[in-house]
Amino acid sequence: MNPLKEPQRGMTVIVKTIAKFVVPPIILFGIYIVLHGHLTPGGGFAGGVIVGSAFILLTLAFGKEVAFQKLKRSTASVLESVGALIFLSLALLGIAAGGWFFLNFLPKGHPLRILSAGFIPLANIGIGIKVGAGIFAVFLTLIVFRVSAKK
Amino acid sequence: MLFFLSFVVFLIGLYCVATRKNLLKIVMGIVIMEYAVNFFLILLGYRMGGVAPIVTEGVKEAKFVDPLPQAMVLTSIVISIATLAFIVAICIRIYQRYHTFDVTEIRRLKG
Amino acid sequence: MNIIPLFVAVPLGAAFILVLMGKREIASDVIVNLATLCLAILSLVLIPFLKNNNGVFVYAMGMWFPPKGINLVLDGLSLFMLIVVNTVAFFISLYSIGYMKRFTAKSRFYSLFMLMLAGMNGVVLTGDFFNLFVFLEIASIASYALVAFGVEAEELEAAFKYMVMSSIASVLILFSVGLLYGLTGSLNMADVAGIIQGENNLLLSFSLILFLVGFGLKAAIIPFHAWLPDAHPSAPAPISAMLSGVLIKALGVYTIIRIFFNVYGMTTQLSWTLMILGVISMISGGLLAIRQEDFKRLLAYSSISQIGYILVGLGCGNYWGLIGALFHLLNHATFKSLLFLNSGAVEYSTGTRKLEEMGGLSKVMPVTGATSTIGSLSISGIPPFNGFWSKLFIIFGLVQAGHFIITALTVLVSVLTLAYYLKVQRFAFFGRLREKWAQIKEVPKVMCVSMIVLAIICIGTGILFYPLMKTILEPAVAVLQEGTKYSILILGG
Repeated sequence: MNPLKEPQRGMTVIVKTIAKFVVPPIILFGIYIVLHGHLTPGGGFAGGVIVGSAFILLTLAFGKEVAFQKLKRSTASVLESVGALIFLSLALLGIAAGGWFFLNFLPKGHPLRILSAGFIPLANIGIGIKVGAGIFAVFLTLIVFRVSAKK
Repeated sequence: MLFFLSFVVFLIGLYCVATRKNLLKIVMGIVIMEYAVNFFLILLGYRMGGVAPIVTEGVKEAKFVDPLPQAMVLTSIVISIATLAFIVAICIRIYQRYHTFDVTEIRRLKG
Repeated sequence: MNIIPLFVAVPLGAAFILVLMGKREIASDVIVNLATLCLAILSLVLIPFLKNNNGVFVYAMGMWFPPKGINLVLDGLSLFMLIVVNTVAFFISLYSIGYMKRFTAKSRFYSLFMLMLAGMNGVVLTGDFFNLFVFLEIASIASYALVAFGVEAEELEAAFKYMVMSSIASVLILFSVGLLYGLTGSLNMADVAGIIQGENNLLLSFSLILFLVGFGLKAAIIPFHAWLPDAHPSAPAPISAMLSGVLIKALGVYTIIRIFFNVYGMTTQLSWTLMILGVISMISGGLLAIRQEDFKRLLAYSSISQIGYILVGLGCGNYWGLIGALFHLLNHATFKSLLFLNSGAVEYSTGTRKLEEMGGLSKVMPVTGATSTIGSLSISGIPPFNGFWSKLFIIFGLVQAGHFIITALTVLVSVLTLAYYLKVQRFAFFGRLREKWAQIKEVPKVMCVSMIVLAIICIGTGILFYPLMKTILEPAVAVLQEGTKYSILILGG
């Protein structure tokens, strides 16, 4: 089923075509922001919001059926919990590795390189997953409200 | 002077919460108050002629603005997003039950 | 020492695992109860630990030592609050197994419950202003969702009211934290206390007032109480018990104590302010409670009144006043959650909260009837139940400080309390049983167990008040009496 050929759902062909081109770079940019969180402005939250907004754009342009094919709401809330658990387990691993909660137990590496700052990039990935999935889940929840109100 | 301005914005938000009758306008009042406080925190960290606190390869010994309030503001924005999402959801649910946004008509609890 | 961060980590982890569990109800029951039981036991384990450490222990997160990093502080007061919060949370989670069967999405309820617990434990433990704000918001947001959990019209209305008031409180607190940061350049409580000691300027007083209003809103002291009588009855009964028994104390009273006593240092004006606010809340809470017809709403107003007692004790400021205030905090947590659980049991069986529609319920619900009688007698201060001792200590303190008018008022309000609890007993549990209630049964066994144990705690703390005072109350009072020496203790140790 090609979403471009179903004009009754979502917005016009123009919006759909542009969205199709724009969504992959947005997601890529979000991932870049997450991975460079320890070097440049941004980080888990900002990157996660960007990734989440890419999915929101998909939903707006193609209607929620298509977006649900990419990422279901239940999957989004599972991913949210997984992200939080990654972050928490990193904090707890600090106790196991060095005896302090939130201890940065990985080697720090050379400053200003992509592989540096110990576990901060990993924590950023966890936060990114959580925030992206969370923002999308919030958006979907609010949409579902509107549909049920109309009935 | 600007600190005073942020306090004025804060009071505008408080006035909005206290006097408006529409649920969504009350929510906007809360958001205005939150932004006023964020503005205030950012101002606290500003140093005359400071630059953004980003350490990159070329820049050394530069005069940075205080990064801590910025981290605080980021956290408080995250928190206010969570609150805002929830409060909007509650507003929609209230509209489903009462079919109005007017607070004077939403009065089943009293005593 | 690594068990201290577990008080935040365990409930947080449990909350997210519970979301993953989805609809498996029995498994989520087990997880929640295990987690809260672990926390309750851990908080008791910390008593001897703290004694070996001379009453104060600073835990630096990620080895960033204060004043730079975020630190968790365990001292007598924090430990006392931890014990209260986690013990009550355990009994409430036990009770929820039975009670929450009526609602769908039990695991989501548990997840929010655990988030709220994590927030409260964090507030109690943290030694950093901004971290305090973050944990405060975690607990508050979870509690907004829990108040609205039934998604009926009244519950949504109450939740909206609560959210608006509480958001304003949070914004005020954040404003004040920002002001303090601007004045001192530090966010660590101990460090701030050290810097502002002896200083006296306008902005400092302004931040103090902002804190008072913010935390006053969270604690529902009388001029700021409007949300409480709506929000607390609207939540499901276990959550009403949690909100009224623990949340307003951890978020409101504890923070007021910590910030006013340990950071700013008590002054005469401040203690008078607390005392006057306390007297006003005590009297008007009691007067408003006496004319309520709704069981849970009456309990909510009574909470305001009892918070007033705690504030009067705190404002009094001498040894007996403080020990009475803290003891009353503990007692109120036990008997108010017991009474809310009773009201939940009544609602579970009869489906109503109106006092006039009940009557003679102790014939068909013996456990609920008996435990609620114990709870009512304790809260009205009948010897030998625990409420008697704490009120007696507060009165001792007031007499010692020479506030005779307030003493008289305190005694009068105690009589008032007895009056409205007798009203509850008479309308709900004694008297003639109505025909339509003849068929109802006692609530499930797990709910009975948790009510019975809470009632036993009420009697037990009443009889064994002396050892209790020595082990957990005196270290807590010592923290209050140290005042602003707190900063030297934390930074030096």
